[in-house]
Amino acid sequence: MKEYALILISTVLVNNFVLVKFLGLCPFMGVSRKLETAVGMGLATTFVLTLSSICSYLINEYLLIPLELTYLRTIAFILVIAVVVQFTETVMHKTSPVLYQVLGIFLPLITTNCAVLGVALLNVQERHGFIESALYGLGAAGGFSLVLVLFAAVRERVNVSDVPEPFQGSAIALITAGLMSMAFMGFAGLVAS
Amino acid sequence: MFIAVLAISALALLFGLLLGYSAIHFRVEGDPIVEKINALLPQTQCGQCGHPGCRPYAEAIASDESEINLCPPGGEATMIALADLLGKDPVPLEGVAAEEKPFALAVIDEQECIGCTLCIQACPVDAILGAAKQMHTVIEGECTGCELCLPPCPVECIHMIPVGVDTGSWKWPIPTPDSLEGTGTAAAAGQAC
Repeated sequence: MKEYALILISTVLVNNFVLVKFLGLCPFMGVSRKLETAVGMGLATTFVLTLSSICSYLINEYLLIPLELTYLRTIAFILVIAVVVQFTETVMHKTSPVLYQVLGIFLPLITTNCAVLGVALLNVQERHGFIESALYGLGAAGGFSLVLVLFAAVRERVNVSDVPEPFQGSAIALITAGLMSMAFMGFAGLVAS
Repeated sequence: MFIAVLAISALALLFGLLLGYSAIHFRVEGDPIVEKINALLPQTQCGQCGHPGCRPYAEAIASDESEINLCPPGGEATMIALADLLGKDPVPLEGVAAEEKPFALAVIDEQECIGCTLCIQACPVDAILGAAKQMHTVIEGECTGCELCLPPCPVECIHMIPVGVDTGSWKWPIPTPDSLEGTGTAAAAGQAC
């Protein structure tokens, strides 16, 4: 039990995917203009990441390893992630229009989010079991959502503040992201790993 | 090698079948309310509401971006039918739509027509017949009286001629909520259009 809690804390805070591992930077910069879209993207990513890390664990464990095809891991995982995302979108569109309105446009964006593939590959690298894989995905997504929402809130404030002209727009956003990353470095050592 | 090709192909085929099945099984018809609104609009595609056609106007109404009183060809009857469908209060017609005009058809003065084809391009329902440097004429049965052909004409040879009521074209007046008392009035008005 303690082990699982450690995985969660370590992925959310210490080894945060965006600010420490620098994965998934594209949606981090792209979708953080408004707080509402950031929340939507965070929820959608959480959903997809957890599901895809479970699926890629299953594929790896019961297809690639028995057939000794581990060198095809990356392409198999990309296939799995794309299908999982597309299938989720179709099913969600039909069964839950409300959820689809909140998450809908973000779901296809996640297919190309490198954090999703990163989590699947890191799961294999660190020899995680089934529950560990799921928790690792959930934690990674939790960390992603946390910093995305925080960053969106910061950016909304930066937008109305007096920024020097050369720093306006993306420049100040990147500087903000760098400062946030440094702040998250403060969590290093919280979990020994 | 052979196993690898087979395994990935089988996986891809399986996923393809899954997505194909889900696309059929979970198909979602477009927003049903847009279809209903679109069915009430006169389909003249005249653009007098400020939208590029009837369907875009229907979408704008459905997403609450437009008022329901902007359709001159539909007139008051359409507005009341829309109000009934959407559970809104009837709004008096505004702007172009407000002027109560007798139904008129475009007629080209064939002596003056220079055969420039500009009115043909403007006509949303392809009711004008003609070719370059040939005299044009309006197909009476197709003309919706939208007046869109008037502005482009360089020699102002198109006139709106009101269509008088004769024994062949007389219709019962469309019932309005005022003229009907009691028995499901608004619904009846909606169907009559």
